[in-house]
Amino acid sequence: MLPASAVVPSKFRLTQDMFMEKLIWLIPILPLLGFFILGLGASKLSKGLAGIVGCATILIAFALSLGLAGSVFASGKLEQTLFNWVSSGAWTVDFGFLVDPLSLIMMLVITGVGALIHIYSTGYMHDDERHNYFFAYLNLFVFFMLLLVMSNNYLLLFAGWEGVGLCSYLLIGFWFKVDEYNEAAKKAFVMNRIGDLGFLLGLFLILVNFGTLNYDGVFDSTVLSQISVGTLTVITLLFIVGAAGKSAQIPLYTWLPDAMAGPTPVSALIHAATMVTAGIYLTIRSHALFDLAPISMEVLTYLGLATSIFAATIGLKQNDIKKVLAYSTVSQLGLMFFALGMGAYVAAFFHLVTHAFFKALLFLGAGSVIHGLGGEQDIRKMGALRKVLPITYIVFLIGTLAIAGIPPFAGFVSKDQILLAAYEKSPLLFALGVFASLLTVFYMFRMFFLVFYGQNRVNHDTLHHAHESPLSMTLPLGILAGLSVIGGILNWPSLMGGGDWLQHTLSGVLGTPEGAEHAHAISASTEWTLMAIVVALVVVVIGLAYSIYVNRNTVPVEDEAEEGFGRVLSHKYFVDELYAALFVKPTQAISEWFGRIVDPKILDGAINGIGQSILTMGSVLKNIQQGAVGLYLFVFAVGIIILLALQILF
Amino acid sequence: MENIFNVVPLEHFVLLSLALFCIGMVGVLLRRNMIVVFMSIELMLNAVNLLAVAFSAHRGDSSGQVFVFFVMVVAAAEVALGLAILVMIYRNVKSVDINALKQLKW
Repeated sequence: MLPASAVVPSKFRLTQDMFMEKLIWLIPILPLLGFFILGLGASKLSKGLAGIVGCATILIAFALSLGLAGSVFASGKLEQTLFNWVSSGAWTVDFGFLVDPLSLIMMLVITGVGALIHIYSTGYMHDDERHNYFFAYLNLFVFFMLLLVMSNNYLLLFAGWEGVGLCSYLLIGFWFKVDEYNEAAKKAFVMNRIGDLGFLLGLFLILVNFGTLNYDGVFDSTVLSQISVGTLTVITLLFIVGAAGKSAQIPLYTWLPDAMAGPTPVSALIHAATMVTAGIYLTIRSHALFDLAPISMEVLTYLGLATSIFAATIGLKQNDIKKVLAYSTVSQLGLMFFALGMGAYVAAFFHLVTHAFFKALLFLGAGSVIHGLGGEQDIRKMGALRKVLPITYIVFLIGTLAIAGIPPFAGFVSKDQILLAAYEKSPLLFALGVFASLLTVFYMFRMFFLVFYGQNRVNHDTLHHAHESPLSMTLPLGILAGLSVIGGILNWPSLMGGGDWLQHTLSGVLGTPEGAEHAHAISASTEWTLMAIVVALVVVVIGLAYSIYVNRNTVPVEDEAEEGFGRVLSHKYFVDELYAALFVKPTQAISEWFGRIVDPKILDGAINGIGQSILTMGSVLKNIQQGAVGLYLFVFAVGIIILLALQILF
Repeated sequence: MENIFNVVPLEHFVLLSLALFCIGMVGVLLRRNMIVVFMSIELMLNAVNLLAVAFSAHRGDSSGQVFVFFVMVVAAAEVALGLAILVMIYRNVKSVDINALKQLKW
């Protein structure tokens, strides 16, 4: 694939590129500007104008990112330092941007998918009274996310990291009049704080050991070679804690399914396509550290695999259309960490990109269903919607096929590369990875069939009002569907006549020598065989789901009617209850004790005691003031005589 | 010019001012009429002035005399203010007893 600007005459290209490089700072600033315009003028702007501002800032940022593509892919990286941000003793941090292929592709995903979701939101949020604030928050989110991926040091990355957490909180609790949604927002915030603490401690360790937070300084191989493996292991493990919080991995994943309380475009943008992939971005960005810490890599592998299977099994029994997708996201993120742990950074990143396409598509599709049915989210109350929502049906089918991994959809290519990397490591890991992805296939098609096939279980009134979504919503769906189909060409394997483009592009970032990617430990025939096995299994599982949910018209029972293991699954392994018993209840008990004993008795007692004792002292000492001037004069004279006498005597 | 200390020795000045100061202090402490207390204070001030002038002349250093001028100026201001307050007190309580306003306390 040639960079777009390669066709322009080289002399012109040079000046154009230099011009573009000067504009790097505009890319994050534009959404921030949009945030200020929308946030400050929320009550004055009309909904239409607010939608235009919100979409335009992101679209321009996308266009600018696209304009950088030529020079970034040609030269490897661009840097721009705006100003000196923090200067303390021996170390300084600049407010600087680094745009290399890794961050550029992230930027394109963020602004590209972000722009589509903004356009979609103009339709989806049209009747919401806080429509303008919604766009303000979304723009702020895009700003922080861009900061996160464009920074050239860990501190600025952390600023973005915290910022996206804040926006996530604001948007999950967007409909704050519902208590339950507020609880979900708080939960997301607290769970992220736990992860952020780990990340922050990792940053402190980096600062202590490397003396700098700039990528240049930390990833310098001569510096790295002087750091002990133990230190690097601790740093990377702390990073994993941070990544587990942000990217919803065991044990901090519980906030993501609850985060579905936010409006559906938020789920698509923040909780599927971009923010939750920050942990994967962080790991790839810090690959130099992870490469030297084998224990951390093992932890990543098993953590990712465990999360993937765990979340997928929960997904089997969920009946809320968004909850299914949420657990699917957790599961897919687990798969990405699984790949990272095996050193298959490119496969993980590739899956991140394709996942952003098809998961955003699925969420927006789900949003379209919810919108069409006037807010209904329970898949047991849907069914046979393919005639009512024909466009949504088609794009949803594409998304489901993509996540299931049917060739040639995007999900097939990326997932295949992860599984291949697993096979190189050990056939057992491969088998477990396949198991996780088959679970995904099953629950995705279970949901798909329950929503679009079978009997119509929508209640009569809702069905009467059911309608296909407006163009502003179906257009982004169509584009994302297109991307979900062809997204695979980004890293189409050479085995199937592709160019491994992503692999080549990222080789500079990952420091892998050119051509190393072809040195597979397994032969081409094995690769073909594995691919065929996986695809065959996927088709079998789809058939299974079809026979259960279409031929036999099975409808999931009520939550209370679940028995045995199904009950455990529908209650999400009782993890929330476990956390409540282990952490929430004890904390509340301690807080209650502090509130009842320590605060009123000890703290208030000490402070009131000081005040009371001074009052008592005053009421005694005030008797000296008698109001008799003669007495004052007498005491005055006697005092001076005593002082003089003392001076003479001693 | 003949030195004054050949006529009146320094000790006499000191003793005189001491006597004046003590009379003044006893007046301040024992008398209850505010006007008398005031006059006693003036006596004390002038005892000090006398002493300062005497020492100044004895040491041949004029700064003591300069200070006396300041004391006199300040004393004049104090008297003007003090007598005004006294008049106001008298108008209010019909008394110049020093303990007439015993209520001025906490």
